[in-house]
Amino acid sequence: MSETLVPKGQTTIVLRGRKVVGGCAEGEAIVTRDTISGWGGINERDGTVIERRHELRGQSFKDKILVFPGAKGSSGWSAYFHMARLNGASPRAMIFNKMTTKIALGAVVTHAPAMTELDQDPLAVIETGDWVKVDADNGIVEITKRRG
Amino acid sequence: MKLTDHEKEMFDGVHGRAKARAMDLLVRYGEALGAERLVETDNVAGAFNASTPSVRELVKKGFDAVYSELNLDSAEVVEVPKMVAHTCQLITGIDNANWRVQGIPDDLAEQQKRGEEYFGSRGINMFATCTPYQVGNVPVKGEHCAWMESSAVVYCNSVLGARTNTEGKESTGAAALTGRIPYWGYHIKENRRGSHIVEVNIDVDDIMDWGLLGYYLGEIVDDEIPVLTGRYKQPSLIKLKHFGAAAASSGGVEMYHIPDITPEARTVEEAFAGNPVRGTVRYGDKERRTAYENLNCATDRNVDFVMLGCPHNSIDQVWLIASLLDGRKISANTELWVHTPRALREVADRNGYTKMIMDAGGHVMSDTCPAISRHMPKGTKTVATDSAKQAHYLPAITGVSAWFGSVKQCVEAAISGRWDGGLP
Repeated sequence: MSETLVPKGQTTIVLRGRKVVGGCAEGEAIVTRDTISGWGGINERDGTVIERRHELRGQSFKDKILVFPGAKGSSGWSAYFHMARLNGASPRAMIFNKMTTKIALGAVVTHAPAMTELDQDPLAVIETGDWVKVDADNGIVEITKRRG
Repeated sequence: MKLTDHEKEMFDGVHGRAKARAMDLLVRYGEALGAERLVETDNVAGAFNASTPSVRELVKKGFDAVYSELNLDSAEVVEVPKMVAHTCQLITGIDNANWRVQGIPDDLAEQQKRGEEYFGSRGINMFATCTPYQVGNVPVKGEHCAWMESSAVVYCNSVLGARTNTEGKESTGAAALTGRIPYWGYHIKENRRGSHIVEVNIDVDDIMDWGLLGYYLGEIVDDEIPVLTGRYKQPSLIKLKHFGAAAASSGGVEMYHIPDITPEARTVEEAFAGNPVRGTVRYGDKERRTAYENLNCATDRNVDFVMLGCPHNSIDQVWLIASLLDGRKISANTELWVHTPRALREVADRNGYTKMIMDAGGHVMSDTCPAISRHMPKGTKTVATDSAKQAHYLPAITGVSAWFGSVKQCVEAAISGRWDGGLP
C-alpha cells in the first residue's frame, strides 16, 4: 500500500491500555465495528474475512493492525488464528474492546502484540488506513491519522 | 497469576516437559484474560484429531509434534503422556466409515485413524461428536469443565448448569494434561447471572421455531446472557440443542436462563440475582421473519444437497427422518446426509433406521459434518438444512447458498429435488 508513509508534521494520538500479549509492532490499521468469527469467519490461508454480511468481507488482516470489538462464534477461533500464524497470514497486532476466552486464547497463540481496555474507544479513534504503533509491554498505542 | 505448589512444579518441569509446556500456555492465557488463578477440572472436551490437509506436513513429524504445536502452542516437540483429566474428542473432519462418500482422500482418512490410535492410547475418548452430552458425558451442575464447541458449551452451562468457558484447541490440550483451566468468566457464579430479558410474544414450540428464536436473539445480545420469558412451550433436549447452537452462531451466547426450566433459575428474579437488566429483546412475528430471511440466502429452488443433523441428531431425530423417508426414494439430483454420533449410529443400525434411510438413497454419517469437514457432494451449489448453524456457516465457508427449514421441509426437498419450504 502507498499509504504506509506517515505524512510529515502529522500529530499523533496516544491511547493507553492493558497488555494482553506482550511485544511491539506497527502497521496500517484495519478497523471493523463487527465482531469476528475465527472458524467459519476467516480464511486462515490468506487472512480474509469470509462471513456473509460482515463489514470486512473479502478484506485481509494479514500484516495489518486489526482493530475490532472482539471475537464471536465457534470455539475454533484460536485454532484458525493459530493456523493463520503458521501460514504467515496473521495480523501484526490486535486491539479489541471486549475480553472473551476466544480472543484471549486466539491472541496468545497468534504470538502478536495485543491490547484491550484502552482509555478511549479504539473503534472511535482509529480508522482503516491509520498508522498504528502498538507497544503492548508498556500499554501504549500510538495512532497517526491517515488524513489530517 | 497465583499458582499452587503442584501447579508451580508442573510449570517448572518437575512432572515432565509436556506438562511444563501446558502450564506455560495456561499461564499466558490466564494472564491475557486477567485471571487470578487456575481451577481444577476433570472434564475436558477438545479437538485433538489431525484430519485436515493443512496438518499433513506436521503429521510427518509425528503426533507428538501435532499435539505440541496445535494443542499446546509449543514449537518445542514434547513427548505427550496420558491425560490426567477425563477427556473426549469432539467432532472431527472425517467419517471413519464413510470418508469416500465425503470425497476425502484415503491418505487423510488413514491419517485420522493413526491419530486416533495415538490419542486413544493416551486416554482421549473418541466420541467424535459435537454433542458429548448425548453419548455419556453429562456433567453435573456446578462441575468445572473445559469444553470447546460453542453449541456444547452453551448446552453445558445453560441446560446442565455445569461451568465452562468456550475453550479452544490449545487450552483444552493443556487442560487435559494438567487438570487445570483459568478460573475466569463462567467458572465464577456471579458471572452467570442474566443480563437481558427476552419477551417471547409468539408461541415457540417446534424445533424450527426454537432455532429461529436462538438465531434472532444471538445477533441482538451477542455474548450476553438472555433470560427467556413469555410464550414458549416446555422444550426438550433436541430443541435446546438447536436453540443454543443457533444463538451461539449468530452471536456468541454461552449461557442463557429459562426460568423454571434451566437449573440455575427457578424465577426471573433468580436468573438476574440482582444484576441490572441491560436490555429487553422483543420477539414476535416480525423478528421471527427477520431471522428466517437472514438464514435463507438461496434463490435457486433446485436443491443439490440436504444436510440434516447439526448439532448431531439424537436417535429420535434419526427415527423421525427414517419415518418420513419410509418406502420413498430421494431425487436422483439430490444427495441426503443424516448426521448422528457414532454411538447412536450403532442404535440406528440395530433398529433398522440406517437401512430405511439408505434404502431411500440417503447416507447416515458420523464423526463429522460438512461445515467442519468442508466436504459436501461434488458440485453442490444449493443446500437445504434444518440447522440454523449450518445455514449460517456453510455459505461463508464453502460459498454455497442455503435454504433453512423444518426437517419435514428438508426431507420433502430431498425427495422432489426442489425447495418448497417457507415460513409456516
